[in-house]
Amino acid sequence: MLSLSRRELIRTGIAGSALLALAACTRSNAPNAFDDSAYRYRALSPADRELIGAVGAAMLAGALPTGTDHRAALVQVVRGVDVAMSGLTPHVVTELHQLFGLLEFPPARAIAAGVWSDWSRASPRDVVRFLTRWRFSGVALYRNGYQALHQLVMAAWYGHAASWSAIDYPGPPRLS
Amino acid sequence: MIADPIAAGLQRGWSVRDASTLDADLHLEADAVVVGTGAGGATAAETLARAGLRVVMIEEGPLQSSRDFHMLEREAYPALYQESAARKTKDGAITILQGRAVGGSTVVNWTSSFRAPVRTLAYWREHYGLRDYTPERLSPWYARAERRLSITPWSIAPNANNAVLQRGAAALGIPTGTMSRNVKGCANLGYCGLGCPTNAKQSMLVTAIPAALDRGALLVHGARAERFIVEKGRITSLECAAVFPGGSGSARRAIVHAKVYLAAAGGIGTPALLLRSALPDPYGLLGKRTFLHPVVLSAALMPEVVAAYAGAPQSVYSDRFLDEYAFEGPAGFKLEVPPVQPLLAAVTMPGFGTSGARLMAEFAHLQVVLALLRDGFHEQSQGGAVELASDGSPVLDYAISPYLWEGMRRAFLAMAEIQFAAGAKRVLPVHESAWPYASWREARTQILALPMETLLTRVVSAHVMGGCAMGADPRTAVVDGDGRHHLVENLYVVDGSVFPTGLGTNPQLTIYAIADRMASRLARSLGASSEE
Repeated sequence: MLSLSRRELIRTGIAGSALLALAACTRSNAPNAFDDSAYRYRALSPADRELIGAVGAAMLAGALPTGTDHRAALVQVVRGVDVAMSGLTPHVVTELHQLFGLLEFPPARAIAAGVWSDWSRASPRDVVRFLTRWRFSGVALYRNGYQALHQLVMAAWYGHAASWSAIDYPGPPRLS
Repeated sequence: MIADPIAAGLQRGWSVRDASTLDADLHLEADAVVVGTGAGGATAAETLARAGLRVVMIEEGPLQSSRDFHMLEREAYPALYQESAARKTKDGAITILQGRAVGGSTVVNWTSSFRAPVRTLAYWREHYGLRDYTPERLSPWYARAERRLSITPWSIAPNANNAVLQRGAAALGIPTGTMSRNVKGCANLGYCGLGCPTNAKQSMLVTAIPAALDRGALLVHGARAERFIVEKGRITSLECAAVFPGGSGSARRAIVHAKVYLAAAGGIGTPALLLRSALPDPYGLLGKRTFLHPVVLSAALMPEVVAAYAGAPQSVYSDRFLDEYAFEGPAGFKLEVPPVQPLLAAVTMPGFGTSGARLMAEFAHLQVVLALLRDGFHEQSQGGAVELASDGSPVLDYAISPYLWEGMRRAFLAMAEIQFAAGAKRVLPVHESAWPYASWREARTQILALPMETLLTRVVSAHVMGGCAMGADPRTAVVDGDGRHHLVENLYVVDGSVFPTGLGTNPQLTIYAIADRMASRLARSLGASSEE
């Protein structure tokens, strides 16, 4: 039953659009842990970076280095997503911003994703549960949202040479 | 040092303009303007230029060449592909790999070259009145493309990825063939999809485009064709917007006046251009029946190192599951393998977290087979429709019918059986609900139970075709068999969007042949002398 009401709320119609509009208005721009003087973000707001950071840490659990290198690798992923988004068409970027806006608007985050704290404080378990729920959701829109996040995060990490040694990929051959 | 024919040509004084650097609008005059520089557009441009016509080529993407091709996915996808290689159908269910550069998809394709299936041509003749489309009459055009582009059967042993398909199929008595490839002096590196760094691939970038430029054609890149201006049933000009390499627009425009206008912006791009131009379309055909050869994939973990990123990406295929079925019967599919590079593998493989990381840790042992479904022949396979978003950009609405889902399930079964027969330890259909199965028996049971639904089954496409069908009857086709628009007298379509159905095989060679034929006939009709 809960999933039906969620569907009603988010999927279509006035309630969904109003929520998206409200979400867009309330997107936070407060500084945060992914602020980075060495890189100027073009597509991701501070709140988007927290979201991608949380999702990236969960999606790449077991793939990112652990210990002191973990944070730097995660920053690399968030930056990589920013770079990738700068190359997408305006139409697609708008859709992604709608997705991020939804997930950053606390009531929607709680209802649609089942995550009750800010993304920066969300437990890895909650993030994994959210991703799993969306991955197999009966609502195609949620599955689509999961796939979009998956694609952005995976591309950002595995396009980066730091990921290659763990998968025994030697990198491109040298041309003599 | 590898010779770079683009750098050399620019040195020689080719006429090339980058519209993204314009500081004023550009006004051009030509005999013929060709929109798009992929397999269709570049071939046509060369043919027209050889006939002595003044040709302008318009290309949305950037001009890059071997010196820019570093075999890095993170560079190549944003630079050389539509929407950073993440173009999707409207519902997000199908990822479309399509080129966006001078040379189009030929810069990034995997070089597989086939003539059109005899059955497909027979269907086109019967249902679309394309009487000239017989294997015999097309043969000289195919032969000319094969000669010009060094298309010959691959004579080096297949890489380990292709060898699995060959070996597994042989063990099951399934015939396979060796592909022909458009390469000359190929170093067998395996990075065709990221731009050939040695210029061995005989893409349009190193063949037809230099040939056209050497004969005085003008290339304007970084220019997106926005619309044709039509007056009294004739096109009077083409309006283009300058775009930066990232895809965002600039205020500058390029306006081209020509005698004839050729659209070759590819499936999706060509119908979108015609839709934006509000051309007459009394039968509602434009953009409809767009085909994708939807692809499903099966991953295997092999005991041996496969290194599926290295070596000619595609050299082995099987048509058994195409040949087996009539067009009226269940969906047929062609079996091939894709190259496996880390970024594309990671975004394509299902799952995340530790299970995803475990799979990627076996990257060197990963083998992948693909099944390309034949679409467009059955009543339950009518393709998709190109629509325009509010900003004028194209969106393809392609619903996967139960008929195609059924074919995809059979394809998962066929691929898994072949992979186990080749010695796979585990086989993973690329589907969110699947896991790496340990035996053919387990795989068979589980595949039969997989929910065949969008955004659970990973579906991709590398062949966009149709949307501007050619045919004798204006009620069922946008252009005639010569590519000439049925209702607008000086407009021609010369790319894969003229296919009235999916082709049923990799399309590049057929696009070369048909575009050359269309452009040659056009040149003759304009009274130009054909050089060859």
